[in-house]
Amino acid sequence: MNYQFDFGPVIEGLPDLLWGCAGTLGLALSGMVLALVIGIGGVLLRDSRFASLRWLVITFVEVIRNTPFLGQIYFVFFALPMAGIRLDPTLTAIIALGVNGGAYAIEIIRGGVQSINKGQIEAGLALGLSRTLIFRLIVLKPALRAIFPSLTSQFIMLTLTTSIASAISAYELTSVGQAIETNTFRSFEVYGVVTLLYLVMSWLLMQMFARINTRFLSYPLK
Amino acid sequence: MDKNQLLFLLGGLKWTLTLSVIGFVLGAVAGLAVALARTSGISWLERATAGYIALFQGTPLLMQLFVVYYGLALAGLKLDPWVSVSIGFTLHASAFLGEIWRGSIEAVPRGQVEAAKALSLSYIHRMKDVVLPQAIRISLPATIGFLVQLIKGTSLAAIIGFTELMRAGTIVSNQNFKPLLVLGLVCALYFALCWPLSVYGTWLERRLVTAAR
Repeated sequence: MNYQFDFGPVIEGLPDLLWGCAGTLGLALSGMVLALVIGIGGVLLRDSRFASLRWLVITFVEVIRNTPFLGQIYFVFFALPMAGIRLDPTLTAIIALGVNGGAYAIEIIRGGVQSINKGQIEAGLALGLSRTLIFRLIVLKPALRAIFPSLTSQFIMLTLTTSIASAISAYELTSVGQAIETNTFRSFEVYGVVTLLYLVMSWLLMQMFARINTRFLSYPLK
Repeated sequence: MDKNQLLFLLGGLKWTLTLSVIGFVLGAVAGLAVALARTSGISWLERATAGYIALFQGTPLLMQLFVVYYGLALAGLKLDPWVSVSIGFTLHASAFLGEIWRGSIEAVPRGQVEAAKALSLSYIHRMKDVVLPQAIRISLPATIGFLVQLIKGTSLAAIIGFTELMRAGTIVSNQNFKPLLVLGLVCALYFALCWPLSVYGTWLERRLVTAAR
């Protein structure tokens, strides 16, 4: 092997790559907000009185979970203009990420709602707790506690999934890396560093969520 | 969409299946080694495999494929694209399956291992005849869930330029200018592969929960 590694172009492009990281986190965050909206709406419809609505949600979840994200993002990319909606690639990517994450969020949030113990609500009423206190302490907090781990790991998955948005050239880390690669042909060096940046981002997110979990959602020890 | 285009898509489907099977089978062999190393009790080996798993779980599959693809070329190996891509999927699968199976091996009740040790079974017999048969049962739903992820993941080979189902779809839609029809069909084919597996996985999971009750 007589290849000379040259990280020069990568170091020169580091500011761009860091902006790419910001783009990636922005995509993931906006996608997750949309996913949560779809998730909460989906859970409400999933348990609605109308069978047709229930089936609509079930079908949505199954279709999204059993087709590749690349296909979904292409679909949104081509379908929106045909519906007369012109959006730039980054907004298109956010919609695709939100729809994809939403399907997973529905399942996760539904699990949280089902984990609420009805007997505890009755116990709260019997103890004379106010309605707001019952909602905060007996409904919301245990439900959050139940879904927090899966929801946050879903968020990290979504962050990694954003790299696929480079296929429609949305602004994020992978497409920034691809731009540097096309100009310098230092493929291995560029993608190696980009991969490391993803690793750092997912590690930081994991640490942050673990902190939040112990700070706000752990059981009181006192 | 004419007959040739349809046949072209089916040719792509064949490659999607091939990549999935190679990635899953070779990944399973390597993944078993990862899981055994991760639970070996040898601390440096456990830490090394934990790092290996974290590396693959903390980075996008697309980047893993890129790095393996260009890395192998740098190492002076002149490989067909499908071989490079298969190696990428195999490594990816080995890390994820390794982690799933580590969890299952640790989920086997401790008493089973202690009983096997008390009977002075060797490590190989303890694993092969006592721990793994139970661990496999526990791991089955998650393993099938990962297989679905892997089948969907093979679509990323399209971005590298490998003509599997997804790329066959974009090529055809560039010819006939009916992207929604072609993409709809492509996604329907992925769905036809993945959905039965998902349903089977959920069924197995429910059965396992009932059995544990």
